[in-house]
Amino acid sequence: MLQTALKRIAASVPSLVGVVIVTFLLTRVLPGDTASYFAGPAATPEAIAEIRQKLGLDQSLPVQFWNYIGDLVHGNFGLSLTTGQPVVNEIAARLPASAELTLAGLILALVIALPLGIVAALRQGSWVDHVCRVVATAGVSLPVFFTGLLFVYAFYFLLGWAPAPLGRLDVFASAPPTVTGFYLIDSLIARDFATFRATLAQLALPAITLAVFSLAPIARITRASMLAVLGSEFIRTARAAGLEPSTIVIRYALRNALLPIVTTLGMVFSFLLGANVLVEKVFAWPGIGSYAVEALIASDYAPVQGFVLAMAILYVFLNLCIDLLYGVIDPRVRIEA
Amino acid sequence: MSRAAAMTAAPDTPRNATGLKALLRHGAFVISDNPVTGLSFALFVALALIAIFGPWIAPHDAFASNTAAALQKPSLHHLFGTDQLGRDIFSRVLVATRLDMTIAIASVALVFALGGVAGIAAGYFGGWTDRVVGRVSDTIMAFPLFVLAMGIVAALGNTVTNIVIATAIINFPLYARLARAEANIRREAGFVQAARLTGNSDWRILLMQILPNILPLMMVQMSLTMGYAILNAAGLSFIGLGVRPPTPEWGIMVAEGASFIASGEWWIAVFPGLSLMLAVFCFNLLGDGLRDIVDPQRRT
Repeated sequence: MLQTALKRIAASVPSLVGVVIVTFLLTRVLPGDTASYFAGPAATPEAIAEIRQKLGLDQSLPVQFWNYIGDLVHGNFGLSLTTGQPVVNEIAARLPASAELTLAGLILALVIALPLGIVAALRQGSWVDHVCRVVATAGVSLPVFFTGLLFVYAFYFLLGWAPAPLGRLDVFASAPPTVTGFYLIDSLIARDFATFRATLAQLALPAITLAVFSLAPIARITRASMLAVLGSEFIRTARAAGLEPSTIVIRYALRNALLPIVTTLGMVFSFLLGANVLVEKVFAWPGIGSYAVEALIASDYAPVQGFVLAMAILYVFLNLCIDLLYGVIDPRVRIEA
Repeated sequence: MSRAAAMTAAPDTPRNATGLKALLRHGAFVISDNPVTGLSFALFVALALIAIFGPWIAPHDAFASNTAAALQKPSLHHLFGTDQLGRDIFSRVLVATRLDMTIAIASVALVFALGGVAGIAAGYFGGWTDRVVGRVSDTIMAFPLFVLAMGIVAALGNTVTNIVIATAIINFPLYARLARAEANIRREAGFVQAARLTGNSDWRILLMQILPNILPLMMVQMSLTMGYAILNAAGLSFIGLGVRPPTPEWGIMVAEGASFIASGEWWIAVFPGLSLMLAVFCFNLLGDGLRDIVDPQRRT
């Protein structure tokens, strides 16, 4: 088991190298001359040359790449021009907000999509099946920022059920003492149930928006994968042997249908991490997505690059987790690997 | 009756129909097979017409601001209402169609050319070509795609052209992998060997034999990715990349309306958003319908 895990980890190294090379290339093709940008409009050619030397931009590309790797290893993602803070600190400070939102959205999507897909496969052609199909088609057609805005209009303006879409907590509440950085968990640890409720109220709409968006692929693959498994011979045998229907569906069919579903999760994560940026902008969520958007608009590129790199590394890591999960779900994969 | 006589005795088989007539008949078959596909095709034609004639059929000037008529609700005079500067939203939505469609079509055409050729070459030649194309695809797929698009536009510069390029790049793996798999299957097919035997060069076989063979599947892929391309471009302009105000574009119009949603002026963001949804929905349905016809086994 340990050996296969190590093999999987080794297999994700090329992606990581690719990601670092691409982000390095993206920093090198920045619009205009980075050195004259840092020097300001009134700088003399000598001053620009000096800054270029200071930034190491006068060296050859391989040397610059080597320095870039050195910076990354030391956790140096550069400074934000607008705030003057190290990018890595700001991303680390804002990561929990994004992670809480993304995970809440993903869990909600799984809780809805898995049963929906299973029932749609069991009762093919029933109304649940049609709901599943409509959800799967609509979910991929809806622009995530637009659904978010519609929810704000319906549940904040018209119905008044949701609080104003302004971040993780309203201005009167104070954040719970930081343990995990997730307000939901931290407020429970502090036994501060008022804050827990306020956090949940703020989190609900953006999380539902993300869930609606990521529901579609999960429901679709669950249905297709369950249909394939339910038609196989061991299910027929289990039925003939008179096992409980629930045992057949959950222990036999779902367990075997899980592998394609987990594979799709990789794609869902790719969508989620992108959609997160848009949802954070709609709900003024203080995560790394809105940090990158603010930096982009201010033409402050170091945070954007830090953000792209952080997201890519996170995504490579998530894919690695999915790969490792294969072995847990399906022992056959473990033997073949 | 001989085979030849049977062929001539049935003059209305598609084989005998030529040119436009055959095209129309095939089109009618495709549409009558599935009403949803027919509907989405009609929608597509409507979108194309609006994209071409939008600026002429718009009832108002899409750029003319009139602060006296700002933030008006939808009425007969202003079908979709007016925005914070008093501009007619209906006209702006119509005019924006062309830009949104152009971005989507340009990026899909670009990725079709790049990914298609790279994929076919990878599947046909194998070896290092295959490894290079595969490695490039893997590296792109290692990023969350929208995030990569953001990074590319930030690096290349904040223009519409770069949105097209970024959208093409993030779709590259889809096209390259599809073309690779299909070209790989056909690599040793009879017709390819026959072409090789009669002295055609590799590139000639690729372009004249293999490409036309996998074209239907690639067309389906184009239609399916078109919706995604529109969503992606609109998402980028929603966060302030590419298109700049006052240019009418659906994504940026939703962004402009976003700040008014919480105070109840829903129409500024909702109508461009609905148009966006409709366009994406149209392409997804069209793609699904085309796939059912071209490749019935993948129907889900």
